[in-house]
Amino acid sequence: MNILATTLPAVHLAEGASATVGNPAINISIFLSFVLVTLVVVIRASKSTATAADYYAGGRSFSGTQNGLAIAGDYLSAASFLGIVGAIALQGYDGFLYSIGFFVAWLVALLLIAEPLRNTGKFTMADVLSFRLRQRPVRVAASISTLAVTFFYLLAQMAGAGALVSLLLGISSKAGQSLVIVIVGVIMIVYVLVGGMKGTTWVQIIKACLLVTGVAVMTVWILAMFGFNFSAILGAAVETNNKPAMLEPGLKYGVSEISKLDFISLGLALVLGAAGLPHVLMRFYTVPTAKEARKSVVWAITLIGLFYLFTLVLGFGAAALIGADRIKGAPGGVNSAAPLLAYELGGSVLMGLIAAVAFATILAVVAGLAITASASFAHDIYTSVIKKGNSDPRRELRVAKTTVVVIGLISIAGGIGAQGQNVAFLVALAFAVAASANLPTILYSLYWKRFTTRGAVWSMYGGLILSVVLIVFSPVMSGAETSMIPTADFAVYPLSNPGIISIPASFLLGFLGSVTERRKEDPYKQSEMEVRSLTGVGAEKPVAH
Amino acid sequence: MASTPSVDPNGSAATLGIDFPAVQRSEQFQRLRSTHRSFVFPLAVAFLVWYLLYVVLAIYAPGFMSLKVLGNINLGLVLGLLQFVTTFGITAAYVRFANRRLDPQATALREQLEAEQLEAQHHAIQHRGQPGASEQPGTSEGVRP
Repeated sequence: MNILATTLPAVHLAEGASATVGNPAINISIFLSFVLVTLVVVIRASKSTATAADYYAGGRSFSGTQNGLAIAGDYLSAASFLGIVGAIALQGYDGFLYSIGFFVAWLVALLLIAEPLRNTGKFTMADVLSFRLRQRPVRVAASISTLAVTFFYLLAQMAGAGALVSLLLGISSKAGQSLVIVIVGVIMIVYVLVGGMKGTTWVQIIKACLLVTGVAVMTVWILAMFGFNFSAILGAAVETNNKPAMLEPGLKYGVSEISKLDFISLGLALVLGAAGLPHVLMRFYTVPTAKEARKSVVWAITLIGLFYLFTLVLGFGAAALIGADRIKGAPGGVNSAAPLLAYELGGSVLMGLIAAVAFATILAVVAGLAITASASFAHDIYTSVIKKGNSDPRRELRVAKTTVVVIGLISIAGGIGAQGQNVAFLVALAFAVAASANLPTILYSLYWKRFTTRGAVWSMYGGLILSVVLIVFSPVMSGAETSMIPTADFAVYPLSNPGIISIPASFLLGFLGSVTERRKEDPYKQSEMEVRSLTGVGAEKPVAH
Repeated sequence: MASTPSVDPNGSAATLGIDFPAVQRSEQFQRLRSTHRSFVFPLAVAFLVWYLLYVVLAIYAPGFMSLKVLGNINLGLVLGLLQFVTTFGITAAYVRFANRRLDPQATALREQLEAEQLEAQHHAIQHRGQPGASEQPGTSEGVRP
């Protein structure tokens, strides 16, 4: 029933796990050297962080290739790496379905969003959404949904960091893991405060290279072990686990009609959610032109696609070489498949490297999220709404930095509180909320002339509220063994993912709100937005240093 | 109000002096717009339909998906990998299309507009005292960074 609980599992805590895998000293030293190297990079990058365009958008000076790497770094979170490898190792084919949704989703960004967004916006998603509509209501709505999506995403990463520790560093006590969450949180705050978007982008780039290289090496290693015969790996996976069904769809989702519907709902949220994630959208502003934005999406698609193909091999490789029982028994449970596989292949050193990469992944994703949320609050709510556009840039920057600290502290607290909770639920929630609250308004405002402020406000609040409320009343929260509150039962909505209802509803609300509104939007702004989005005239220029 | 150009308070005069409604109505822009939409929209619908078809097949036709194709590799795996192939393919096709068909049109129009804009700015400097006529409170440019 509860699909999300076990499949995209950036994490359940392994209860009472004591066994450590690999050498924690090696893990820690590799991890620390990564932190040190990136900190140096961040400090160097920060020397040119002077203006808001520097802080939020890295001076718009990144090339398409660099930005593409950074997007991949932002997107391939711990849920992708540890979660999908683990899901394929345990559920076989059904784990693969996740990779496809996560990957195909990028076509929405490439075809419909990246370039017009770069041409019409400045720093945040709200810039584009409020371009030709009434500023205050739209900015506030866009900012609230940005904060909501990033908050759920952040919680997932923070709690994920704590849970991973149990395996990677051999810390199994709750207090120890809380301490690690605090440390990761503090490091993240420092990264963002010191480096801004530029520093954060460099962290993403380094991490993306490490992650893709590490995964590629492991993939080739496994393929070599089986004579470069993928079919043989599949055969070995079936043999090790004695489960022929793992090569076919349905092992996890085919259980009942409800679970089937649930998977379609999840599939919808995955494919439509990626292009509505605020931290991904914001990356399109860090390049100088729309053409570079296109190039960066192409790089991101290439890297992300390769990565998911590699994880297919890794997942079945882990199933073949280690087996589902040993994975489930290890500290960190299903999430331990990738590090365990690294240990199986290259011993403590490879395991240490992969552990460091996993940490770096969380760190980098968290930093990217924090900067998005802070930009949204400072730029959209503080400057545009509270100060009505009259704040001076220095103050706005100070507000942004204060926001980073506040968000950091909240997510540290949330991460500690959410320890042992079903973190996959939070990641999928972030996707579902993004697809419901953001995507319809983005598409309408770019492509539908008659779209109005009321349509935007209805669609954003409607999508946001509906998706969150449906999840609260779903089996993810209560009524099942894997629920966040297993003792209570107020699950009136049978599916774990709200997408199948909240996404179409949000599109419908945007349409209804627009056609029922008498007050016309400024036709001049519509013309300006359309011309700018396609030609790039008047787009924000890069900052020269 | 409606037809006055917006003013960029950053002083870069990013869009000053461009008559956007007129540009929007121009044949050149309409051609660019339809080139873009007639390529991007059908492709977007096609990949979404193909993806949803795959999801529905995987969930409602597991028997079909588990037909063996080669060794242990079944139809489900092949179709899944085909999703990767089509995604890479559509990406390549779009980039090719954008470089060959969109960029030349968009660049020509942009350069033309920027040239006209430059002219209008010279004109505006000569008639100082009425900078940009009206500052719309609701423009996206009306917000300082």
